[in-house]
Amino acid sequence: MNGPFEFALALGDDALVAAQRLGEWATRAPEMEEDIALANIALDQLGAARLLLSYAGELEGAGRDEDALAFLRDDREFRNCLLVELPNGDFAMSMVKLLLLSAYQVPLYTALAGCADERLAAIGAKARKESAYHLDHSALWVKRLGDGTDESHRRAQAAVDQLWPYHHELFTADPAAPVDPATLRADFDAVVSPVLAEATLTRPATGWTPGGGRDGVHTEHLSFLLAEMQVLHRAHPGAQW
Amino acid sequence: MYGNDFAPEEDAPGGGLLGQVEAAEVALREAAARTREAAPAPGEDPAAYFADVIDADQKIEPRDWMPDAYRRTLVRQIAQHAHSEIIGMQPEGNWISRAPSLKRKAILLAKVQDEAGHGLYLYAAAETLGVSRDELVELLLDGRQKYSSIFNYPTLTWADVGAIGWLVDGAAIVNQVPLCRCSYGPYARAMIRVCKEESFHQRQGFEILHTLSHGTPAQRAMAQDALDRWWYPSLAMFGPPDGDSTHSAQSMAWKIKRFSNDELRQRFVDMCVQQAEILGLTIPDPDLRWNDERQAYDFTQPDYDELMRVIKGEGPCNRQRMEHRRRAHADGAWVREAATAYAAKQRAESQREKVAA
Amino acid sequence: MSAPSEPPRVPVTSPLWEVFVRARRGLSHTHVGSLHAPDAELALHNARDLYTRRQEGVSIWVVPAGAIIASSPDEKDSFFDPAADKVYRHPTFYEVPDGVDHL
Repeated sequence: MNGPFEFALALGDDALVAAQRLGEWATRAPEMEEDIALANIALDQLGAARLLLSYAGELEGAGRDEDALAFLRDDREFRNCLLVELPNGDFAMSMVKLLLLSAYQVPLYTALAGCADERLAAIGAKARKESAYHLDHSALWVKRLGDGTDESHRRAQAAVDQLWPYHHELFTADPAAPVDPATLRADFDAVVSPVLAEATLTRPATGWTPGGGRDGVHTEHLSFLLAEMQVLHRAHPGAQW
Repeated sequence: MYGNDFAPEEDAPGGGLLGQVEAAEVALREAAARTREAAPAPGEDPAAYFADVIDADQKIEPRDWMPDAYRRTLVRQIAQHAHSEIIGMQPEGNWISRAPSLKRKAILLAKVQDEAGHGLYLYAAAETLGVSRDELVELLLDGRQKYSSIFNYPTLTWADVGAIGWLVDGAAIVNQVPLCRCSYGPYARAMIRVCKEESFHQRQGFEILHTLSHGTPAQRAMAQDALDRWWYPSLAMFGPPDGDSTHSAQSMAWKIKRFSNDELRQRFVDMCVQQAEILGLTIPDPDLRWNDERQAYDFTQPDYDELMRVIKGEGPCNRQRMEHRRRAHADGAWVREAATAYAAKQRAESQREKVAA
Repeated sequence: MSAPSEPPRVPVTSPLWEVFVRARRGLSHTHVGSLHAPDAELALHNARDLYTRRQEGVSIWVVPAGAIIASSPDEKDSFFDPAADKVYRHPTFYEVPDGVDHL
């Protein structure tokens, strides 16, 4: 990503794909109260996605609105990071994923709130408060799962082992973007390290740093996610809903 | 969830349901303001006191004496209402991932979320009667308590999401508005909250169908097909005809229930006819017609044998809905255990700190 | 289902919390309902999600239901005889004066 269009698109895609995954939890959460919490977070991500994609469409100037961008692009045209498209897995996987995502989105949206582009600044100002809550909620759960029972610890550690490599992609340097992701890394570490420590979880020692999402080279999972999300919209070209 | 007072004219059939909810709330406050001893006088018969409170249209509260059967009836009714909200998330939840626009996706997510919330309000109201939520959930998962039979029908197309909003939620609200005046305080208050929260849902089901029926031929056909499949099951939601309804009379005397099944069903049909006209859709009943004498519509009754079969577990989705709920509950067990274990560790920790200090 | 005259059972999993919300600045906290959560922090999160989905509040208290001591109608003649510490019987959606212990 570099220009404001690519930047808004990438952030919008992150939020949209995250919302789609979180929405899959509806009616399946481990507790009824958590069903409501996950739906809230999904709604926040979806709300941010709509603002970002609408703005991206305006910046592009080709007449594409939020729905055209969401429903009529193929996976090679999506610019989200790989982390958000990975399948939900168990609750530990989803909470660790949300921790990594929101620990990135909080400093990102905070920086965005102070950027020169007024529209992006307004979106950042709104979304950072929501992301702060997502961070709070996921940190709360990661601590409970990490330091709960033997089983929950095992599952939480497995989630960290599996997801940790994917966080590197979030901080790929892009000095031309409205906010350079590389500048957010310190904030991310300052938040995530103490949570993992308190949760008695360790980071895996691996040099593997999967990436490519920002260039439209995704995991095999995204195409399936989009096939489901887009099926109805694409079946009725031009229809209003 | 239960928005059905979409009506362009204030005096249209079904208009002003939210107004009725507000009136119920006012009545509740007025009843609370009427002076009454907070408890039977020493030596006074508690049963006579209970009857007095009911007669005076005042509310029975959790710690009041109440007949066993009143408590049992309420526990069963409130629990089954709560189960219906929770199971009722599934047919609509089925379309969250495929909603055809981002706006529709957001509305549907929020609506399904509200249903979870309403389920929790209702479980909390049931708990005031001395049962625990865990017990009630167990009764649901074991199949010993039922939920509304309507949720055993599948949502096959996007239009079904609209039909659920318009017809199923519509039928539900016709049932629920009178419950805002139920004699049991916590249930009445929960229903007021539930009905009020639905103001944003009022239009959504109707609006989905309206958009479809004014859209492409394929969309229009989808909308009519949904109405064809959901009409009679929605009529069956009001329960068996009054003659066959076992619990009705006593529940009416206790003011748990305020209108009979048939009265509510009639009210619902009368509301829907004009709304179907606005939609430009045809209610699948060739005998539906205005009866000037009764000032109400004559209509074909739903198939009550089918209702009984679905209640017994032989609807298209009974097994699927229960399996889904059981799996979610079972899959979440380790998470609930972890949270409980963590809380216990934290308590032990703070105890140690206190001792050390 | 247990017979109604049996003493109610304590929930097996998470404890019950009563939720109080200050709707707007200048108003006192009002009881809005109850919920289950294993600990205070989760109870607060759940309360926010369950009872303030529509921005109904500016401040939330969650109180372990067991910490509330309620006065009650004269019970000596009642057939159903709840103990004052049977927390889950406290009226939900019921106004309790503020000033009770809070977190």
